[in-house]
Amino acid sequence: MAIVQDFIIIGGGAAGLAAAQYAARANLSALVIEEMAHGGQALLIDKLENYPGILTEVDGYSWSEAMHRQAESFGAAFMASSVLSIVKQGEVFLVETSDGPLQARTVLLATGAKHRHAGIPGEETFAGRGVSYCATCDGPFFKGKPIVVVGGGDAACDEAMFLAKLASRVTMVHRKDRFRAQKALAARVLGNPAISVRWTSTIDEISGDKAVRQVKLRNLESGAVETLETAAVFVFVGSEPQTAALPAGVDCDESGYVVTNQRMETSLPGLFAAGDIRTTPFRQVITAVADGAVAAHCAAQYIDELQGKAYH
Amino acid sequence: MSNALAVTSASFEAEVEKSTIPVLVDFWAEWCMPCRVIGPHLDELAKTYAGKIKVVKVNVDNEPNLAGRFDIISIPTLIVFKNGQLARQKVGGLPKHEIENLFKDLI
Repeated sequence: MAIVQDFIIIGGGAAGLAAAQYAARANLSALVIEEMAHGGQALLIDKLENYPGILTEVDGYSWSEAMHRQAESFGAAFMASSVLSIVKQGEVFLVETSDGPLQARTVLLATGAKHRHAGIPGEETFAGRGVSYCATCDGPFFKGKPIVVVGGGDAACDEAMFLAKLASRVTMVHRKDRFRAQKALAARVLGNPAISVRWTSTIDEISGDKAVRQVKLRNLESGAVETLETAAVFVFVGSEPQTAALPAGVDCDESGYVVTNQRMETSLPGLFAAGDIRTTPFRQVITAVADGAVAAHCAAQYIDELQGKAYH
Repeated sequence: MSNALAVTSASFEAEVEKSTIPVLVDFWAEWCMPCRVIGPHLDELAKTYAGKIKVVKVNVDNEPNLAGRFDIISIPTLIVFKNGQLARQKVGGLPKHEIENLFKDLI
């Protein structure tokens, strides 16, 4: 317990790994605590093709591995554990983990977000039995079968493109009359003959026997209801922040995302947030990475201020 | 994926159903990223609980009959068997301590 880390990073996704690298290069003792695997949501990317400077498309797993190794090579430390709570005592943070307590001068929350459930009747019942939130994990179980994709953002369009390579047909169900996804991606979906879109529609119910068999579609304009046979329903309707370890009283927006200033500082001095957990207009690998770099830089400045060594 | 013993339809009865200690079965496939992610957790748990729980894996691509028998259409799926009976089942990537919680009270 005697060792006080300069910078504890909670979450080893894109934001956390970038922060680890920048912190290590700024000569901070940096420790990344990750409970699953380094890479976070990026691990599930089939092809990372929009990261500037990476011309040859790379899968999320290889990219995450490279980032992890890079941070490690600059001296960042890594630990596999779950963070249970973060408490600030005086000027030191006490980070309670499933492997015991740790101490740090600054903490970065980079725990990201996870998929949101759509709240469709039958969604919980058939989770893991045809209802899925991960196309690269479960798509191959539905080779040659019809698939329904719910949503109209980047994730829904990306995953529909992936699933269209496997399924007999992909039907996208979106409650609006156009996609929210980035335009190039939306255009690709609309041009894919294996994908059809039901605009201004929702799913009233997911039903089946041992597994999903059909969905009840409702057109929100006409009110018309129809039954569509399907083997699976993939749900991509946005994300929710993973804030279980967030200390009480830290400012969040109405959706629960952590509010920061442009230095990635939360309302609690010394506690930073970066990546998908933060209130931000655009959640991408590149924005998470940038957040992480800014957070590490500003954490180093914060520590200098604490120690009276600020560079003015 | 883990370094656990690969179980097939042919060896399932002997390795899992007739095991004298509880068995944690990891249903996985090459293309499944979360399966790769939990692999190291399973290896560490196998070491920590050696002699108390056996960890094995089933490749769902190679063993469609076993996957079908347990209605697996989402992976990773972890199933804990005790005395040949299915005792716990959980879908999706989990942190190590949550995997541990799946079987801790059964050993």
